[in-house]
Amino acid sequence: MTGNHQVLALVLFSAFVAVTLGITTWVSRHRQGSAEEFYAGGRLFSPMENGFAIAGDYMSAASFLGISGLIALFGYDGLLYSVGFLVAWLVVLFLVAELVRNCGRFTLADVVAARMRERPVRIAAGTSSVTVSVLYLVAQMVGAGSLVALLLGGTSEAAQSWTVIAVGALMVIYVSLGGMRATTWIQIVKAVLLMGGAITLTVLVLVRFHGDFDQLLRTAAERSGHGDAFLAPGLRYGGDWTSRFDFMSLGLALVLGTAGLPHILSRFYTVPTARAARRSVVWSIGLIGGFYLMTIVLGFGAAAIVGPEAVRGSNAAGNTAVPLLALDLGGGAGSTGGTVLFAIVAAIAFATILAVVAGITLASSASVAHDLYASLRRPRAKPRSEVAVARTAAVGIGVVAIALGLLARDLNVAFLVGLAFAVAASANLPVLLYSLFWGGFTTRGAVWSVYGGLIPSVVLVLLSPVVSGSPESLFPGVDFQYFPLQNPGLVSIPLGFLAGWLGTVTSAEKPDEAKHAETEVRSLTGAGAV
Amino acid sequence: MQSSTGRPRGHVGGPESSAESGKGRDVVPTHAGVSGDTPFEDPWYDALASGWGELDGTGAPAAVVPPARRQESRGGGAADVYLEVQRSAAFQEVRGRYRRFVVPGVAVFFSWYVAYVVTATTAPGFMARPVVGAVNVAMLAGLGQFLTTFLFTWAYARHARLRRDRAALDLRWDTQELTRGLRGGGS
Repeated sequence: MTGNHQVLALVLFSAFVAVTLGITTWVSRHRQGSAEEFYAGGRLFSPMENGFAIAGDYMSAASFLGISGLIALFGYDGLLYSVGFLVAWLVVLFLVAELVRNCGRFTLADVVAARMRERPVRIAAGTSSVTVSVLYLVAQMVGAGSLVALLLGGTSEAAQSWTVIAVGALMVIYVSLGGMRATTWIQIVKAVLLMGGAITLTVLVLVRFHGDFDQLLRTAAERSGHGDAFLAPGLRYGGDWTSRFDFMSLGLALVLGTAGLPHILSRFYTVPTARAARRSVVWSIGLIGGFYLMTIVLGFGAAAIVGPEAVRGSNAAGNTAVPLLALDLGGGAGSTGGTVLFAIVAAIAFATILAVVAGITLASSASVAHDLYASLRRPRAKPRSEVAVARTAAVGIGVVAIALGLLARDLNVAFLVGLAFAVAASANLPVLLYSLFWGGFTTRGAVWSVYGGLIPSVVLVLLSPVVSGSPESLFPGVDFQYFPLQNPGLVSIPLGFLAGWLGTVTSAEKPDEAKHAETEVRSLTGAGAV
Repeated sequence: MQSSTGRPRGHVGGPESSAESGKGRDVVPTHAGVSGDTPFEDPWYDALASGWGELDGTGAPAAVVPPARRQESRGGGAADVYLEVQRSAAFQEVRGRYRRFVVPGVAVFFSWYVAYVVTATTAPGFMARPVVGAVNVAMLAGLGQFLTTFLFTWAYARHARLRRDRAALDLRWDTQELTRGLRGGGS
């Protein structure tokens, strides 16, 4: 990478940071400091704005660079992986979006606590939400460090550490000063940039192949060295049965986890009605589906134009496939076009990380302040404004994320995203679905369902090959691996549902018929929705 | 916006929220049954076609409760209002329409996704079978997942718009009237 790339990329990074900080200042100018404003941005975003923001919140750098890199290296298996991320949105649209918008105010726990004894349920749901957010956040922070270092060429440890610290500091500023309003606009800007970048590159790839998709696939297969096997599943997730079951587990976690991600759920509260929530999901499905379709072209394009050897040579995980593709499409290294396109892609990747971490930080600060702090504070302590607590929580979460990001800097944390989805699917989704649809669900069922999904998924990961017992694990020196799969979803998701059922049938408490009637009527009609 | 009204938290329904829902930028069909035209361009949304797709001819659901019972309910709490609404034919109809669409829908797309993942991992040989040119079964199945996701999204949005939205809005209005009446009588 020559100096030109880096200078231009840095200028674009700085421009994005300046624009987003401008947005933050601008939206916080008439700040009222109410919880509605901080967590939900006043609830008056339009479905289109919210749809873009959801897409911006959801499509991380792992999607933009990771999935197309996976396709460039392993062909079809990358596509297989991306399908789960999209189909998951049908679960959100059919079962969650409208009902959650109607029943809750700011967090997942609101929906559950409306029917149950509030304190234990809030503590349980708040704990699992914060766990999911922190796992996802650390993955993003570590990704940010290695990505920026990779794109800017500086692979020194200091450059990575400073990137992690800078990303953490920026996200704390966005969230604690601008709240949901600033976060939303940053996500919208990012989604527009990401879609624009992806469309440009896709068009350039298709122009290179004269619009012939078949030709593109054939060239990619030839150049990959795998021949037709490149266009069929099995290169990455094939092999022995352990790795096949591992992918089924991951696939299940992806498709069920999205509906339990706290930062996605909190986005539905930023629109005025359930109908608007539905229409924002329709928008985001259009954007996310279109985006993943384009990553297919970009991934196979990178395999065909750049070649897997060059991609693997630059980064073993394939994360630089799209930047290298951009360099080539713009006219190759040293040309103006290549430099500009490369810098734009690098800046978009950076914007992507910032927007995603801001969304997660906001959601977890809401869980801390609205669920945990409100339930755990000493009753006689002086009550503080919830928004002040949420701002402090955002700073605290930022510090924790920076610290974990620095500690995990040299570790392979690719499994963390899959794990975050698995925890969300095991701990958050069962309790959410049971409270929305099951009249007999009780407080004990709710609490058991959260912990019955959360604890197994975390314990199984600790006992899995990602932590110990293999050369690629976090602690290669020791071996306490008893669970064969890297992703716990296949076991922990059924356990979460089972625990919720078991807790309910064994509980002495009679389900509150009136509260269930209220949840059901409110969820389907919107009566009494805030 | 809403916060500036200083409304007490945790209230279920009430005059403010029903008034505000009308002020929201997302114009919903009003109680009078005016078709919901959106105030901004939204290619995913087309205006209510007149009666189009309402196959069972139940455009306007029955009122939640006859007026006489409305008077009685003022004696009870908000809990009674929700129980009463939940048992009403109009609500059962909305819930039935929602479930009759969502349950088979989820069953179909979820089994289709699981079948896809299981086939891709356990039968790569079948997935590698060529169909046209470089395109094989796996590629068709993968793009098919994208296509069915878009189709399900479209079908759900259309079903909700034509079969549920108006009835649900009427119910929301009725329920909020009942809780408002309740509070008005109590104060």
